[in-house]
Amino acid sequence: MKPVSLPSPAPLLSRTGWAAFLMALIIVCAVAPVLNLLVPVGNLFHLSDYGVGLVGRIMCYAICALAMDLIWGFTGILSLGHGLFFALGGYAMGMYLMRQIGLDGNYKSELPDFMVFLDWKELPWHWLLSGSFTATLFLVVAVPGLVAFVFGYFAFRSRIKGVYFSIITQAMTFAAMLLFFRNETGFGGNNGFTDFKRILNIPIATQEMRMTLFVLTGVTLLGFFLMARWLINSKFGRVLQAVRDAETRVMFSGYNPLGYKLTIWTISAMMCGVAGALYVPQVGIINPSEMSPANSIEIAIWAAVGGRATLIGPILGAFIVSGAKSWLTVAYPEFWLYFLGALFIGVTLFLPDGVVGLIKRLSKATNKSGDRS
Amino acid sequence: MTPELLEEGTRRAETYRATHSAASGDTESGGRAAAFSRLAIPGEVDTTHGRILYLEDVSVSFDGFKAINKLSLDIAPGELRCIIGPNGAGKTTMMDIITGKTRPDAGRVFFGSTIDLLRYKEAEIAQMGIGRKFQKPTVFEQLSVFENLELALKTNKAVTHSMLFKLDSTQSDRLAEVLHTIHLSDSVSRQAGFLSHGQKQWLEIGMLLMQDPKLLLLDEPVAGMTDEETERTAELFLSLKGKHSLMVVEHDMSFINTISDIVTVLCDGSVLAQGTLAQVQADERVIEVYLGR
Repeated sequence: MKPVSLPSPAPLLSRTGWAAFLMALIIVCAVAPVLNLLVPVGNLFHLSDYGVGLVGRIMCYAICALAMDLIWGFTGILSLGHGLFFALGGYAMGMYLMRQIGLDGNYKSELPDFMVFLDWKELPWHWLLSGSFTATLFLVVAVPGLVAFVFGYFAFRSRIKGVYFSIITQAMTFAAMLLFFRNETGFGGNNGFTDFKRILNIPIATQEMRMTLFVLTGVTLLGFFLMARWLINSKFGRVLQAVRDAETRVMFSGYNPLGYKLTIWTISAMMCGVAGALYVPQVGIINPSEMSPANSIEIAIWAAVGGRATLIGPILGAFIVSGAKSWLTVAYPEFWLYFLGALFIGVTLFLPDGVVGLIKRLSKATNKSGDRS
Repeated sequence: MTPELLEEGTRRAETYRATHSAASGDTESGGRAAAFSRLAIPGEVDTTHGRILYLEDVSVSFDGFKAINKLSLDIAPGELRCIIGPNGAGKTTMMDIITGKTRPDAGRVFFGSTIDLLRYKEAEIAQMGIGRKFQKPTVFEQLSVFENLELALKTNKAVTHSMLFKLDSTQSDRLAEVLHTIHLSDSVSRQAGFLSHGQKQWLEIGMLLMQDPKLLLLDEPVAGMTDEETERTAELFLSLKGKHSLMVVEHDMSFINTISDIVTVLCDGSVLAQGTLAQVQADERVIEVYLGR
């Protein structure tokens, strides 16, 4: 019997991968802060506050796209309700920020303004932990995680798959939106939370604080990328892809898909929660429209445009689509939705593997023509 | 029974197991003392009564159509049993029932003497040692041949375990051995989706071997294979016989002729005839269902 050379396990990142990763880390942690804070306004290299806000926001979206990729790209489960987890994380952070306003609100009361307006005398029970930052950090992951776990447990146990699953996730986020619209729910109704003043007792609207949040978001995104990479490189990740390709074979190989789907579904939801929590202090507002079905669909579009099942793709997708959105909604506000629709159709028809797939195809083509000449 | 007697019994059972340690984890028929004070070990397949699989009066109907009708069948450890029958005879449904995919309306299905298969789910049944090959080759198309086999490997299949899993040297050797057996050593890193139909069939059989099942259910394993591949498959199955129990559903009569001892003919969801291939082929009723009257 001739010896067989078995492939060795893939490293977390290749050498060039690590180089690119370090470069991204340096840009986020050093280059961007220097260009924004130290280079004077008017200089060619100055990074405007608007730019910091925009990229910071997009990096939050990229975290969502990455989370979507884990559940859709690798496990084959299309969620159209990830906006809910994003909003839940955002609301958890928003509650803390509302409490941080303290006596500086319009009504000069310990209670958030909207509660005074509704004539509430004390904090409702679900606001009890909102005063503590540590508890808030916990809630930011725990609440989306718990909601996802319970929802996922029943959905996956009943073997709800494919488009049916997508539809009920969409219904889930829509139902949550209607719930949060009500004043009685205690989350500020349709106005949501806004007018934040401080975070950890430090004023929130300063340039330094914006930069800190920006760096934090970038580091989180890169950290999540490494985590996702590790998950996908492990046998766990390969089981997920196996679930996507042939779920019955997975079962008859002795794996219970329920545990695997539930784990990645919950991890994905928690990542969105963190993204939401980083998003709210940067944009300064959270309201139920974050839970609207269109937002969740947009997350799926980022992943599809960038390239499913490629980790880096969805991050690029979030940057491309959101970047185009922020430009188009200013330049041609009425065309944005048409553009989004056309983009989705175009990608589905012509770029099944997204932008990353296109780049791969192009580089292959140039290699081939290079060989011939 | 008094507590003293119970304790005494436990003590004797333990002494017995200590002195017969080799046999304790592996209940086989023959070469063992009588079954006094023998304890049923959870999860262990007890074949002391000479049967690894029993189906008794199993019935299942879909929308009034009786797919399986009072089917009774049993298989001995190490046996290679061929199942034939016209389309719609219930061959695949029977496999669905054994592997937990379909729940029967009535009847009993036992793995060994002690494990009631109807109480378990697909994944648990697979873990206990029943492997199944589907009619249509089902492999993980986006993964490489190596990764396909690695996933099928018999090991702890819990989520946390998979996250930290690393192939050890015994497992690598086993994997290399299976790769050799299924003639795919040259395609280790190839994506399974790019394999030929016959190679996919082989890969799926290889995945079953990685699971190291006690009982293999094979639904049309040589469909779409070339003559040479079919011949190799026959050799492989004959070499598995004795170590594993096999149940093979096939339409290819020459293949069955090569491998079979006992052939069971299914028709309308129950056993029509059973015997050697020559016997069943001579059976009037079998000729009737195959050729019509």
